[in-house]
Amino acid sequence: MLRNADMNMDVNKRENRPGFYVSIFFQYAGQYLKTRLTYRVDMLVEIMSDLLFQAVNLIFILVVFGHTTLLAGWTREEIIFIYGFFLVPFSLFSAFFSIWDFNDRYIVKGEFDRILTRPVHSMFQIIIERMELESLFGVVTGVVVMGYAAMHMDLSLAWYDPFIFILMAVGGACIYGGIIIMIASISFWSDAKSDIMPMIYNISNYGRYPVDIYNGVIRFILTWILPFAFVGVYPAAYFLGREEWVVYSFLTPFMGFLFLGVAFLIWNKGVKRYRGAGN
Amino acid sequence: MGSHYLEMIRIRFLMMLAYRTNYYSGILIYSINIGAYFFLWTAIYGDQGSIQGLSVLQMTTYVAVAWMARAFYFNNIDREIAMEIKEGKVAIEMIRPYNYLFMKVTQGLGEGIFRLVFFSVPGMLIILLIFPLQISTEISVWSLFAVSIVFSFIINTQLNLLTGTLAFFLFNNEGLIRAKRVVIDLFSGLILPISFYPIWAQSVMDFLPFQAISYIPSMIFTEGFTGSAVWEALVFQMVWIVILIVPIQCLWWVAKRKLVVQGG
Repeated sequence: MLRNADMNMDVNKRENRPGFYVSIFFQYAGQYLKTRLTYRVDMLVEIMSDLLFQAVNLIFILVVFGHTTLLAGWTREEIIFIYGFFLVPFSLFSAFFSIWDFNDRYIVKGEFDRILTRPVHSMFQIIIERMELESLFGVVTGVVVMGYAAMHMDLSLAWYDPFIFILMAVGGACIYGGIIIMIASISFWSDAKSDIMPMIYNISNYGRYPVDIYNGVIRFILTWILPFAFVGVYPAAYFLGREEWVVYSFLTPFMGFLFLGVAFLIWNKGVKRYRGAGN
Repeated sequence: MGSHYLEMIRIRFLMMLAYRTNYYSGILIYSINIGAYFFLWTAIYGDQGSIQGLSVLQMTTYVAVAWMARAFYFNNIDREIAMEIKEGKVAIEMIRPYNYLFMKVTQGLGEGIFRLVFFSVPGMLIILLIFPLQISTEISVWSLFAVSIVFSFIINTQLNLLTGTLAFFLFNNEGLIRAKRVVIDLFSGLILPISFYPIWAQSVMDFLPFQAISYIPSMIFTEGFTGSAVWEALVFQMVWIVILIVPIQCLWWVAKRKLVVQGG
């Protein structure tokens, strides 16, 4: 008995070391690349389809500006820049938080039982299982799009801007991650099939446009409830030199950590409630 | 004959019904979604009275109806077919006494009817209360629209069958399915009416089936198409329905011969 308890203690120690998480992460990433490279053609098609998807949004902007010159006082290049910025946190998010199908895959099909037997935090286990590393390619696309727009506008960068950029991009990705985890956590309380995820995804697109085009209610939702404006227009406004939103711009990382933190609390509460689907 | 397909529609409908609660929150989110588009398009129009013959009111109506119609014609049978092929279940499906592809279509229809009744109709009513949309009161417009979205469903489902069946040859066609979805969003007229595109792009799209999915029913509903344009559009849809039967049948015929069940 004593020996058994000892072993458990030992296991607990090992699990709690951050190094353990890092090494598990890289092992999963390695496995992931192997499985992806088995279906090479498909991976290529997937990257292409991501590019295509990003092109669609650019085409939307270009076509719209074929019929107007200003969108509520914003030029075509500014809107393109915001879109380019948005792509960076969005790709970070899609690479690590693609859990759109959490309810179906883990709750309804009972897969979550297996997750709970693993020696790492359940959220971490799901993240490493569901990584889509090829999405990181979108970071490159985003930087290129931003670069293109910045060149046309003669934007100048200070030496610290790249660091602010990273901080804001990570903050934006955390907001996304937080929201998706909160929505996924609903499944612990209600196992009903949900179509909310794709729709939230649609709403997330509105953070890419200057929020001053919306009315008060939607602006409020995009700022405080589903704060997608912090993934696109607010932080991008800083780089575009739009002084009027500078407070919002610098709120981005704080909102990110707040949302992700609250999401983890809700998730942990939900996990305690989890009873298994009984299959 | 045929009654078991009707049964499939009913079963899928009941299956969706069992999970209906979340559709109410879905309606709310859809309303926000359409609301955001409403403001986006209002900003795009600015002071302009109309763009490409559509007023801002028609445009927002277009967006609202396009998304509501999508709830009806949209389904995941491409993914389901690909899944069943990957898991090897398709071998069992093939020996069952029905046409596998047609059975999938009926399941898609069951889902579509469910979403139409529990999602699109109440959603549209709520949106009507909030936003000033321009809804026709003429029965002829409504009935032509009804015919047109049935055609949209058929064409979208045919494209799904095509991409789904391709899993027989690619083994893993997730990427292709995603690419198809993007192409349909862009070229079907869901996010932008086809008439907004540059002329050269429009003439390319005239040779593709995609505008039959969303552009045509939405234009009929908003009365962007009138008179003979409506009939031409419906003929366009019908022609594509007939054309698309050919590659589906060919693919299915070849696929049955080269079926490789991976594990299973």
